[in-house]
Amino acid sequence: MRNAYLFLALFFSQQAVAESANTLLKKYELLAKQENAAFVGFAADKGERFFHAERLHSDGKKVSCATCHTADPRKPGKTRANKVIEAMAISVNPQRFSDEAKVEKWFGRNCKDVLERACTAQEKGDFIAYLLSIK
Amino acid sequence: MKKWLQFLVLITSISATSALLASGGFSDNSKQAMPAVANAKWKTECSGCHMLYHPGLLPERSWNKMMAGLDKHFGENASLDDASRDEIARFLALNSADKQDNRRSNRINQSIPAGATPLRISETRYFTSKHDEIAASTFKRKSIGSAANCVACHQAAEKGDFSESQIRIPR
Repeated sequence: MRNAYLFLALFFSQQAVAESANTLLKKYELLAKQENAAFVGFAADKGERFFHAERLHSDGKKVSCATCHTADPRKPGKTRANKVIEAMAISVNPQRFSDEAKVEKWFGRNCKDVLERACTAQEKGDFIAYLLSIK
Repeated sequence: MKKWLQFLVLITSISATSALLASGGFSDNSKQAMPAVANAKWKTECSGCHMLYHPGLLPERSWNKMMAGLDKHFGENASLDDASRDEIARFLALNSADKQDNRRSNRINQSIPAGATPLRISETRYFTSKHDEIAASTFKRKSIGSAANCVACHQAAEKGDFSESQIRIPR
């Protein structure tokens, strides 16, 4: 019986986790529709390509999301100042994408660091869709 | 009688000297260690990417310059919302090296020329003189990364404790 409660608790907490990331995706969907009338939806495979895409920064170094987060989002990454970054994959780190202000803060910083511009709502949504899709 | 008086003078001067030594030395009566400080925003935001630096490690003008340029923070974008930035800037200024009364902060502050506003603690003369026996290659070890990663060797660095007993240099 106790196990059943545990199972139920786990089940609902997992649901809640997926729920918060999905709520955020809904918000980005509204924004993406404003950005682009022809918006058709978010795609995990586009997010995956975005995550790994290397570009040449104006400082001369090659950068991508994977530079700090590593090529495998299930693994912890490392900041340039040698601090551990918790895994990005939501299946491994359920805290990811549960706090909208935090998500926007980091998109705001990291998009400028990697792309030298702000990310579009389409890019943010694809990115989250990818990290939700990783088992 | 004379011998007895000499003895008394000797005992008095010994105890006075040891009391002075115990209080922290002749020229500087302030405390050695940086005090414990706390601010939730500072702790969360400033330790997101790097170790938490005690405000007593740089003078107020350095912190002000740092907090005014977070969009280009050592080559990275570390922008904050205005309210968080202002709160942290106030906290740093209040507890900065030139507002502290402890020996380490005083010495860091005194080692910086009046016209200089360093952003890197490792650029202060206090830092370079304290670390002159550490090879550049040691700082570059994978376990350390750079001179900015105090906590790699100074175990209690995030509490502002850089005492010799708390040092262990990793391989």
